[in-house]
Amino acid sequence: MRRLLIVVALCQLCVAAGAAAAERHREVVIEEPFIELHTGPGRGYPVFHVAERGERIALLKRRTDWFKVRVPRGEEGWVHREQLAATLTPEGAPFELPGFTLDDYADRRWEAGALYGDFGGADVISMYGAFAFTPNLSLELWVSQAIGRFSDSELATINVVHTLYPDRRVSPYFTLGGGSIHTEPKATLVATVDRTDNLAHAGAGVRTYLTRRFVFRAEYKTYVVFTTRDDNEEIREWKAGFSFFF
Amino acid sequence: MESRLLVLLLASVAIATLSGCAGRRGLETAAADGGQPPVIEPDIDRREIEPPKIDTENFEVGIFAGQLSVEDFGVNTVTGARFAYHITEGFFVEAAGGKTDTELTSFERLSGAAQLLTDAEREYSYYNVSLGYNILPGESFIGRNRALNTSMYVIGGVGKTKFAGDDRFTVNLGLGVRLMPFDWLAVHADVRDHVFDIDLLGREKRAHNLEAHVGVTFFF
Repeated sequence: MRRLLIVVALCQLCVAAGAAAAERHREVVIEEPFIELHTGPGRGYPVFHVAERGERIALLKRRTDWFKVRVPRGEEGWVHREQLAATLTPEGAPFELPGFTLDDYADRRWEAGALYGDFGGADVISMYGAFAFTPNLSLELWVSQAIGRFSDSELATINVVHTLYPDRRVSPYFTLGGGSIHTEPKATLVATVDRTDNLAHAGAGVRTYLTRRFVFRAEYKTYVVFTTRDDNEEIREWKAGFSFFF
Repeated sequence: MESRLLVLLLASVAIATLSGCAGRRGLETAAADGGQPPVIEPDIDRREIEPPKIDTENFEVGIFAGQLSVEDFGVNTVTGARFAYHITEGFFVEAAGGKTDTELTSFERLSGAAQLLTDAEREYSYYNVSLGYNILPGESFIGRNRALNTSMYVIGGVGKTKFAGDDRFTVNLGLGVRLMPFDWLAVHADVRDHVFDIDLLGREKRAHNLEAHVGVTFFF
């Protein structure tokens, strides 16, 4: 019965997708001598059709840098964005391809990413979400999991980041924050207890805009864990990874 | 006759009222312009043309099922889900998670009594974040007339495995094939090696856990 319901739901989804396909599409007029239609969204897929200058084509959808287009004769295929760069709108104005550039990167508001590195000798996987109040200043929320030889830790931190040159492709940044760490010793060790402590951290890093919505990021942070023992614990962390902005 | 008179009367009243209004309005604008009433009063808003948005389909979501061989703990059915974002036609990032149960080790089976793990510890679950690259894109033919878009990909990443009561840092490496019957639907066949260090059987060793699965994903 449940399987039947799933099948029915899938059919409805297909119908909905069909209805969406009946919507009107953006149209452009070809300005290059010709454009090549590939069978798939990639270099390796063969060219099966060519549309000429002056033909009006509908842009159906986009995947990465490839657009699925429909030519007047009804054939549908994939065209690379470079070939559409010189097209015109039906009104005759140059068609501006939607896409992300360095300017959008400078104006970004939301950002999310995943990084991997070393947290005081343990392997650490981190994910974060960020909101930029001003081009320079942003607030970040991090969740990290450090998996070591003798113990595993989970960290949740909040920090403020100051980016020095937000409109440049490569920019250093500084960060300051705090949070909490939960440490759980490995199951094969005996007579240990789990503990949760507060921590504070400071750090610096570098952010590089790669392409589209994609950013490379590497950073160093030093943590002070406020333990209930006599001494506070200091942990150094290195990590690198990728993030997206939107 | 009477009705015609009534119509005439009403019409004259209407004209008088309208012309009165127009006159007053004319006087107002004339006063504002310094004496010259405008010939035409423009009262048109510029038409805003909102071009239809182009639908982007860079995300891929789906489920998979297959077999996972957990070193020393048997081969069992694994099920999971994956989510991917295609950055360029070559690169994509993928987050995936899966779950399986494991069996008794040969030692436990032969000795009969000793149980290394509880039932809860015997459950194996993982998640990972990986970077993939599409290689060998092209078409594969089914019969004479039907061609499917296909692509192979190499993929590798890091993640966490929860098994035998502990979280284990895990590196995964693999190779996959993506067959696309439609633009929005892909069928995957994947082989993955999940590598982690484990000291459960006395001495720390590197365990290779091989997984083979098939899955289906939707682009949106």
